[in-house]
Amino acid sequence: MKTLILAEHDGKALNASVYKAVTAAQFWPAPVELLVVGHRISAISQEAAKIAGVSRVIQVDAENLAHQLAEDVAKVMTHLAKDYPVILAAHSSFSRNILPRVAALLDVAMISDALEIQANNTYVRSIYAGNIYTTIQSADAIQVLSVHASHFSAATRTEQLAEIQAINPELSQQNTRWVSETRSQSERPALGSAKVVVSGGRSLGSAETFEQVLSPLANKLGAALGATRAAVDAGYAPNDIQVGQTGVTVAPDLYIAVGVSGAVQHTYGMKDSKVVVAINQDPDAPIFQVADYGLVGDLFEVIPALTSSL
Amino acid sequence: MKILVAVKRVVDYNIKVRIKADGSDVDIDGVKMSVNPFDENAIEEAIRLKEQGIASEVVLVSLGSAANQDVLRHGLAMGADRAILIESSANLEPLAVAKSLKALFAREQPQLILLGKQAVDDDAGQTGQMLAALLDYPQATFASALEVNGSEVLVTREVDGGTETLALKLPAVITTDLRLNNPRFVKLPNLMMARKKALETISATELAVDVAPRHQLLKVAEPPARKAGVKVGSVAELLEKLRAHEGITL
Repeated sequence: MKTLILAEHDGKALNASVYKAVTAAQFWPAPVELLVVGHRISAISQEAAKIAGVSRVIQVDAENLAHQLAEDVAKVMTHLAKDYPVILAAHSSFSRNILPRVAALLDVAMISDALEIQANNTYVRSIYAGNIYTTIQSADAIQVLSVHASHFSAATRTEQLAEIQAINPELSQQNTRWVSETRSQSERPALGSAKVVVSGGRSLGSAETFEQVLSPLANKLGAALGATRAAVDAGYAPNDIQVGQTGVTVAPDLYIAVGVSGAVQHTYGMKDSKVVVAINQDPDAPIFQVADYGLVGDLFEVIPALTSSL
Repeated sequence: MKILVAVKRVVDYNIKVRIKADGSDVDIDGVKMSVNPFDENAIEEAIRLKEQGIASEVVLVSLGSAANQDVLRHGLAMGADRAILIESSANLEPLAVAKSLKALFAREQPQLILLGKQAVDDDAGQTGQMLAALLDYPQATFASALEVNGSEVLVTREVDGGTETLALKLPAVITTDLRLNNPRFVKLPNLMMARKKALETISATELAVDVAPRHQLLKVAEPPARKAGVKVGSVAELLEKLRAHEGITL
């Protein structure tokens, strides 16, 4: 019996969350295998084979898998599933798209965003935007789950190369066609794995001021930029930097919330951060309840002052 | 083109849910219930497609008790044509909902199925993808824009790091994100008119679907609280604390 991890990558490198998924998978006393799907992915498979605790990498490399469409990846995974009583991935828009499809094809329920693995079929996960923690036990023969990466430490790298096995399952679906993509161009670190995150809310006032006020600070700190849903909806920031229940979950060493009120939908995505700093004009803003250090003040004065004292 | 929209009745997103005294479950007795916000985007999009002359009929479906009539009436007041309530007293997991919707699909034969990308109660985000799998149909999750072109639908998806656009052959399943549209407000006269629209009730047993739960809820609890923080008076004090007490290099 073995455990299968669906490895997320962007065509160039593994996502940092894969290392955390490997740690989560170690809970089961079984060999851990990584599935890498895509096109021209041998360098990614090599990287995957060097993660400590990975006993084998399964590589599925085909031109029509370049965009990792859910229909195709789910087919690949159900084709493999009979050997794996546990199938998991780190929780992200990538795995959220694919794993439920896999679970349904296998006729099993799925556990989304497990915070903790308590037993080989028992998990803690949150509901109501992180307001309530539930402990659930699955009766399914195959466990399909996504794990909350920031709750698990990252597996280390070794120089020992695990076996890489290439397979070529037949894929023929023609119902979904990839058309295009837009990727945010940024010199900054990736939001999901950044050590420091500077996040802005609606108080920033416009896309221009969002950029003018927060960018110099983020640049000085080598930080990723984040935003609340309100700021994204108002058009101040792109959708892919939304932190929260329906966006990205982050757990940096330092999270600086600027003009963020602190709705539960937002704090869901950042409350695992090691140190939280909140800067807000409203002394009663709920963000101060989750902040280690709160500074009440006008962000248009505080942030430039903070930036220039670094 | 007929569009089927699945609608979940959930605790209103503004309400902080409490736990029952015995810790066995959440206590939602007497709490304000609403249409799941993401499903409201799905209803709105279906109605807009009808207003553009692309869709011919918008059919809503919800699963649950007779109380779910309120969310269906809300969607009818927004402009949907008719509604179906699949009545069930069971605790329905996403897989069971997907199987029930598949059974209904066989009856209704829609060309497009829209669902919210996740429900704000269980935050699972599974039903749409599961339904697409069971029907062996193409899927597009987290849609922030969609455009029907003949036998295809072009969908822009919000993904980590940007957006992605897919072309799906119809029939297809799409799950909607909040930025797809701004759902319209329901006016009182529309609510009155919605009472005259057809709302059919089907018993879940009629659909002959296995809806037995696969998960057992063992416990619910409050999440661990973050330790109380302190307020600082100035930027200088903030930096001093971060450097001296947290060992952060700034």
